[in-house]
Amino acid sequence: MTNPIAIKLAEKQREVSVAEFFERNRHLLGFDNKRKALLTVVKEAVDNSLDACEEARILPEISIEIIEMGPDRFRVIVEDNGPGIVKKNIPNVFARLLYGSKFHSMKQSRGQQGIGISAAVLYAQLTTGRPARIKSRIDPKHPAHYFELHLNTQKNEPEIVKDEEIQWKKEHGTRIELDIEATYQKGDQSVDAYVKGTAIVNPHATFIYTTPKAEQLIFARAIDKLPKEPQEIKPHPYGVELGMMLKMIKATESRTMQAFLTNEFSRVGPQTAKEICEKAGFPPSEKPMNLQLPHVEKLMQAIKDTKIIAPPTDCIVPIGEQLLEKGLKKEVAAEFYTSVTRSPEVYRGIPFVIEVAVAYGGQQTGDETIRLLRFANRVPLLYQQSACAATKSVIQTNWKPYGLSQSAGALPAGPLTVAVHLASVWPPFTSEAKEAIAHYPEIIKEMKLALQEVGRRLGSYVNKKKRVSLERERVNIFERYIPEVAESIATLAGVAKGKLQTELEKMLEKNKDFIQSNTAKVEAIENDDPESKIKLTSKGDDDE
Amino acid sequence: MMDAKKKLVELGQDLVKEVEKGKQPALNVPVRALSNVQYNEKSKTLELGNKSAERFFFNVGHVKKFVQTLEVAKHAKALLDLGKHASLRDVFYMAKRTIPHTNTNIVDEQTESDKALEDLELITGFSREQLHINANKNGSVAGHVVIEDKGDTIDWSKLGSGGWSVPSNVEEITFKKVNADYIIYMEKAAVWERLHEDKYWDKHHCIIMSSQGQTTRGIRRLLQRLNQEHKLPVYVLADFDPWGFYIYSVLKFGSINLAHISESQAIPQAKFLGITADDIEKYGLSKHFIKFKDVDQSRLKQMADYDWFKNNKAWQRQFKLMKQYGAKAEIQALSARGITFISDKYLPEKIKTKDWLD
Repeated sequence: MTNPIAIKLAEKQREVSVAEFFERNRHLLGFDNKRKALLTVVKEAVDNSLDACEEARILPEISIEIIEMGPDRFRVIVEDNGPGIVKKNIPNVFARLLYGSKFHSMKQSRGQQGIGISAAVLYAQLTTGRPARIKSRIDPKHPAHYFELHLNTQKNEPEIVKDEEIQWKKEHGTRIELDIEATYQKGDQSVDAYVKGTAIVNPHATFIYTTPKAEQLIFARAIDKLPKEPQEIKPHPYGVELGMMLKMIKATESRTMQAFLTNEFSRVGPQTAKEICEKAGFPPSEKPMNLQLPHVEKLMQAIKDTKIIAPPTDCIVPIGEQLLEKGLKKEVAAEFYTSVTRSPEVYRGIPFVIEVAVAYGGQQTGDETIRLLRFANRVPLLYQQSACAATKSVIQTNWKPYGLSQSAGALPAGPLTVAVHLASVWPPFTSEAKEAIAHYPEIIKEMKLALQEVGRRLGSYVNKKKRVSLERERVNIFERYIPEVAESIATLAGVAKGKLQTELEKMLEKNKDFIQSNTAKVEAIENDDPESKIKLTSKGDDDE
Repeated sequence: MMDAKKKLVELGQDLVKEVEKGKQPALNVPVRALSNVQYNEKSKTLELGNKSAERFFFNVGHVKKFVQTLEVAKHAKALLDLGKHASLRDVFYMAKRTIPHTNTNIVDEQTESDKALEDLELITGFSREQLHINANKNGSVAGHVVIEDKGDTIDWSKLGSGGWSVPSNVEEITFKKVNADYIIYMEKAAVWERLHEDKYWDKHHCIIMSSQGQTTRGIRRLLQRLNQEHKLPVYVLADFDPWGFYIYSVLKFGSINLAHISESQAIPQAKFLGITADDIEKYGLSKHFIKFKDVDQSRLKQMADYDWFKNNKAWQRQFKLMKQYGAKAEIQALSARGITFISDKYLPEKIKTKDWLD
């Protein structure tokens, strides 16, 4: 008798390794191509550093260095002044996929799943075979540790190549060094653009960036105050999906469903919990462990049918109008800036805040479409612009009244940079690579309201500017015509032109204000006669 | 001619004085529009009212025209100084230049320099021709008439198929011999050629005259002189449409645009021979109707409201009928009845029976 086919299949299934999973899904994680890989590696390291610094209430100072090692090969070094990582955690943090503190928390942060940095380590390993080199120190009293790590792709476990104590000038901080296959190219989707964008939305951080061309760029912080620490909140019932609910029920320590609902969710009191249980068709005293899938489905429906107040929104920490404007000011040279931070709103039970800032004019070119900078939780989004809710919102806003040109269904054109920031405990992305914000109507609505508000302010500035230039133009007309008219009059009267011209120029100088402000009224006389506009004949003019 | 030159110098000197006094330079330009045109019942001509507008140099809306007007004045003075004449086109090219170091032209289109000249006429009170600026010659004349122009003797009956072309300035023409009973002025050059080929002027002892489209000042003045100096009646032959009627209106009463020179242009005794609504009926021309467009409709209404037509019952009847037809007809529609129908039948009959409108 041959073995059942399932057994064979099962053997094969066991062979699926993390490495293979990664190979197949690298596009989901931001490693679709060599150019993007460079960006993703830098981004994961920097995001981690910023999160760590903020959590430890340290003003971040992050150095990023990219060294070209050979064709398509780069060394990426990211070093921060963060709290450091305790020795025993270092291998897991950097060389184990899905290990992290952030996955289960409902708290505004840059990373979410704990895939990022380990994926970068794995990518380095797969493309160059070199281990990740980590240095970390938690305070001056402890020594610095140096690790060389591989990721065991079979077991999804770290493999320690080297582990030693070393001397390090830094009192605390972490440094990661990875060799990867990549290409470097400037442009909107480059590391350069990422660092610049990050500096805009993190005005409390300093970045020292050494490009592969060995240019050192310093993005100094604009404020010496850390953003308020985001509060962790429990999930709101409206925002929990079936799978998540099953997991939570399995993991809970609560004895009854009523307790489970009140303890594990925000905005659910005993009364609300009772109501939900009744609607779901089981007593509030029901033990969570007794619930089967059909019951949970009923529970989901019951939650939908119950009125629950919106989640608390104080857990969100926006950048703030002033700081966002400051951040934009230091990185985009322009002549007019303004910004708006909206009040918190909720999508699918998850609170969020929209912020928009614009920089107008200056050296920015006016005949191209505007530059749109998208951010989620202080992280620049550089890819998939057209799939993003921010892009859609900008396109759907009518920019013409604000003094920009715009063709239907397109971004407006003009010397303008628009920054759109979404802060949320759980920003909805269209994919795991976190490149575009999903199109929730609540989010698009808030974005449009914010854009309209900055648009109005922009409009009054642009229109005022136009008025001023028109006034200047008016004076210019006379400056141009004075020599001509002086010549004509002088010829007619048989006098010298020079004196007449000087007199007229003096007159213009004296009456500048009058000329600028007082034209409309006099012009009206010329056209006061509507009859004069009727063409008298269709066969040429009255005369010749 | 000294007077025109003196006037231009005066214009310049007045402006200089104003500037010296610290007053901003301005030109006083009579308003050329229906609102400033009155119909004088007594003289039966249009007259320019006394409404005028100040045109300021230091005004964004005025400055361009101000500069253009003085520009053409400057060129007119140069012409007078030299004792030479120039055409409207010449003046346009003299004024069409770019102000140094800018991209602004004094004038861009000939209509601009033409209009500036019309304004200059109003400001100075001298006609374009007196300022030594002429339009192109235009139109054709034939008849038993001998004239002298600049020392040359011209016999209008011996000019082949083209006839004599009327210059812009007919002031210095002298009539040596005028042997005709009346003048027919027609809107269409093609109709003139028809009558000329048929020797209509010879057979019927008259003068035939036409221009291409609108009647030029030269032709109007020539008609007026023949009418006044030789007592020749003037009959107008035009299309049956508002524009044709207006050609008659301009000849008879003067034009709104050039109301300031009506005195030297209008021919109050001119009669409208056709095409009339009655001709349409009589000769069955309705089958050659061309449908009205919106502009025809509104132009007709404007015409009917003019002071000089308002109380004229015969004309109001024509307007009313035309409005009812909602269509127009060309003179050439008569050709459908035979190529020489117009010279053999239509015109002789009309004149014999005095079938015209006044």
